[in-house]
Amino acid sequence: MRDSLGRLRGLLRKEFLQIRRDPSAIAVAFLLPAFLLLIFGFGVSLDAHDVPVGVVVDHPDALAASFTGKLANSPYFQPRSFAAMAEAEKALASHEVTAIVWLRDDFTRRALSGGEAPVGVIVNGTDANSARIVEGYVQQAWANWLQAEASERGAPPPLPVAVTQTVRFNPAVSSRDYLIPGLIAMIMTLTGALLTALVIAREWERGTMEALMVTRATIREILLAKLLPYFLLGMGGMAASVIMAATVFDVPFHGSLAVLSATSALFLLAALGMGLLISSVARNQFVAGQIAIITTFLPAFILSGFIFDIGSMPAPVRFITHVVAARYFVAILQTVFLAGDVWAVILPNALALAAMAAIFLGIARLSARKRLD
Amino acid sequence: MAAAPEPAAALRLDGVTRLFRAGRRSVVAVDEVSGRVERGAVTGLIGPDGAGKTTLMRLCAGLLLPDRGRIEVLGVDVVQAPAAVQARIGYMPQRFGLYEDLTVQENLDLYAELQGMPAAARGPRYEELLHMTGLARFTDRLAGRLSGGMKQKLGLACTLLGTPELLFLDEPTVGVDPVSRRELWAIVDHLTRSEGTTVLVSTSYLDEAERCRAVLLMHEGRLLGADDPARFTAGLSGRSFHVTAGGLGKRRLHERLSGAPGIIDATIQGAQVRIVTETASLPSAAALLPEVPDVRIVAVPPRFEDSFIALLKATRGAAGTPPAAGPPSVAAPARAGEGEEVIVVHNLTRRFGSFRAVDAVSFSVRKGEIFGLLGANGAGKSTTFRMLCGLLPPSEGSLRVAGFDLGHAAAAARGRVGYMAQKFSLYGDLSVMQNLRFFSSAYRLTGERRRRRIAWAVEQFGLGPVASTTSRDLPLGYKQRLALACALMHEPDILFLDEPTSGVDPLARREFWHRINGLAEAGVTVLVTTHFMEEAEYCDRLVIMAEGRILAAGDSESLKARLRAKERPDPTMEDAFVALIEAAASGRAA
Repeated sequence: MRDSLGRLRGLLRKEFLQIRRDPSAIAVAFLLPAFLLLIFGFGVSLDAHDVPVGVVVDHPDALAASFTGKLANSPYFQPRSFAAMAEAEKALASHEVTAIVWLRDDFTRRALSGGEAPVGVIVNGTDANSARIVEGYVQQAWANWLQAEASERGAPPPLPVAVTQTVRFNPAVSSRDYLIPGLIAMIMTLTGALLTALVIAREWERGTMEALMVTRATIREILLAKLLPYFLLGMGGMAASVIMAATVFDVPFHGSLAVLSATSALFLLAALGMGLLISSVARNQFVAGQIAIITTFLPAFILSGFIFDIGSMPAPVRFITHVVAARYFVAILQTVFLAGDVWAVILPNALALAAMAAIFLGIARLSARKRLD
Repeated sequence: MAAAPEPAAALRLDGVTRLFRAGRRSVVAVDEVSGRVERGAVTGLIGPDGAGKTTLMRLCAGLLLPDRGRIEVLGVDVVQAPAAVQARIGYMPQRFGLYEDLTVQENLDLYAELQGMPAAARGPRYEELLHMTGLARFTDRLAGRLSGGMKQKLGLACTLLGTPELLFLDEPTVGVDPVSRRELWAIVDHLTRSEGTTVLVSTSYLDEAERCRAVLLMHEGRLLGADDPARFTAGLSGRSFHVTAGGLGKRRLHERLSGAPGIIDATIQGAQVRIVTETASLPSAAALLPEVPDVRIVAVPPRFEDSFIALLKATRGAAGTPPAAGPPSVAAPARAGEGEEVIVVHNLTRRFGSFRAVDAVSFSVRKGEIFGLLGANGAGKSTTFRMLCGLLPPSEGSLRVAGFDLGHAAAAARGRVGYMAQKFSLYGDLSVMQNLRFFSSAYRLTGERRRRRIAWAVEQFGLGPVASTTSRDLPLGYKQRLALACALMHEPDILFLDEPTSGVDPLARREFWHRINGLAEAGVTVLVTTHFMEEAEYCDRLVIMAEGRILAAGDSESLKARLRAKERPDPTMEDAFVALIEAAASGRAA
């Protein structure tokens, strides 16, 4: 027992020294997360802001000017006037504008006659996501304007009655607020699975694993010595991401740190288990990296509900998402950040994570042999 | 516990077989090997690459399971109780098993913990090992920054921490400079004498057999013989001779002798040709070389390599011998400019950051010469080569190949140069014939000429029977032939060979040099790098490199002659190399 602790201590010290001296480990654990957070925090957003919109007004008059003024004042649009539809369509085709708002010649008459105004909205459908958002925004802008116009005239709100939306849990409907919690799952997948698979593959590549296997160190000690440091590194990456999310991006945090830490630990164990499993198949860094990206990072990205809603996936794909550990963790993260400790969400997902961690680590432990074949 | 009588052997192998599956085929890596390693001595596991040495070592260390047979290490069945075996042995894998981003001391600390050394015992053992390996001054240096020889010694020190009873060293000397090789052997000898350690060391250097108490000779997975090295050569006494002929150049002489009846082996040794005969009788000059004047035949002592060749020839029989290739019919360039310098290198320097991989190297090669760059791994040979081929721009200095600077006037000059890269850069997924077709079109051969050259390659290199074999599956010797055939496709008059014979068996190596000799005779200029000291003997002239600099230049005879003394009447190329490195080191210290 004392010998075993001594060996484990030696292996752990070695691992920490290597992490300290190898810039790539630090890069994957801390720089990559910061980089991803910055990209998703500032660069990628599913919200529409200052969308360039072409405006074509067939009959410019006061009422039409009032509507286009409304568009210009909105934070969502950046209107540009075109004299004719043909010009606007050219701009649409060349992506200079994302949509065209067309006020036809009978706009004023029909707007005053009861809300059925012919506002033509033409959107560029190549980016379906933006198109839908813009469409929604224009509709909203139209409804708001109608209401404002009507109340100005002292008339009752026209039909159809403007829909009032109330968004719960993400009142600003800011996509950043739900992307960033999900991103933490990606970041932990990177340190847990990718980094672990890489460092073990590196030991195979350099022949040091062969040397370790012939020492008295047992396979359990060798595996533990890989798990512990990268567990700490992954939790460190998680903590750094949470702090960055809260301070730099002002993402609200409604849950408790205890729940966040406990579920993160479960998820990290599952990711580490995957990393160990990958390293038992891939014995060079290139292959290990490829497998880790394809089997852990990409599914976490696409199938976890981080960006694409699982509910709207076709049934077979939805079924596959159940084996993606990130799916459960993303659900937990989004809940803990935006809604709080909602046990009905957290418990089943945490249970699923625990099961996956147990399965992956179990298989990794059972399949590991102190042998080369 | 009732003390069972300790079995005398440190290692017993009984019918050990191990297969590897490569796709649908299975390859026998170790084939019915039985043998034993005695305690308290150095046993050599000797054979060329692919002989199964590493697999056998891994089987013994419990890293692989045998498919059949029984392995007993220190009286313990390694399949049943690998952990019990591993607690008592030391094992150094081929790349020494060092953590390059850890310092010397940190590597030692790690392995001390892993071998369960009590803290109190560490200090004295560290001191002893650091002293023995000469690493005491470098404890704070990262292992990755050590030279090849120092890494090798650190790797050895790490495996020795727990004072193992049995030590497995897997090719510890490959690619390491001769000085470090000698130092390693000195350490191993010291271990067996003072600590009673049993050592099994694998090597592909046949001359290292003579340093072992016993030898297990392997080839293609089988054990060819197991004996005292002296007994291997005993059967060959009186069968080795040096032959010189005043009227014939050494290559012509070699040519005549290598196919001659009654001679099983002929190699060039400096100015002489060394032969091994079938029977122990002094061959008569008249019978051997009729009509050649001034023939002298002197008996010399047999070497281990002679017995290996004899054993190989015996097992393969006449059918297995590769076709005795005549000089390949390369269109002999006009030999008008005999002695014309076709490669001129002046003050060539290549820096990587502050490190000078090649440092002010100058030499020139004449037409039709075989010119060698000799040195250990990391001496700067490959960097020099890459600059000559125009693959790497020099930091300083000038170089011209066939009148061109390959870095600039690439296309024209490259058409005249053939290049055979280390590890034979062939397309492993293509068949032999597909490789030939690809390389011929890469050299822009077309139509009739292309067809003729491919036919020539198949015929000259005996590739007919393997034409449709996937190159990856070829034996190493055939890969080497194919690579040479590809490099010669466009009839170059300058040939660059980078470590061409690394790891191939001695028969394949002889055949290879036979071809190279033929090419040189036909006027092709050959530039070759090697870390096999004995291959220097095939070169007309050579330079010896270490740490990026040229230590000496000349022909092998003159390099060895500097060392000839009463106590060393017949120094080897390795002796010469060691003396040069030591002189350089003491020169720097002074």
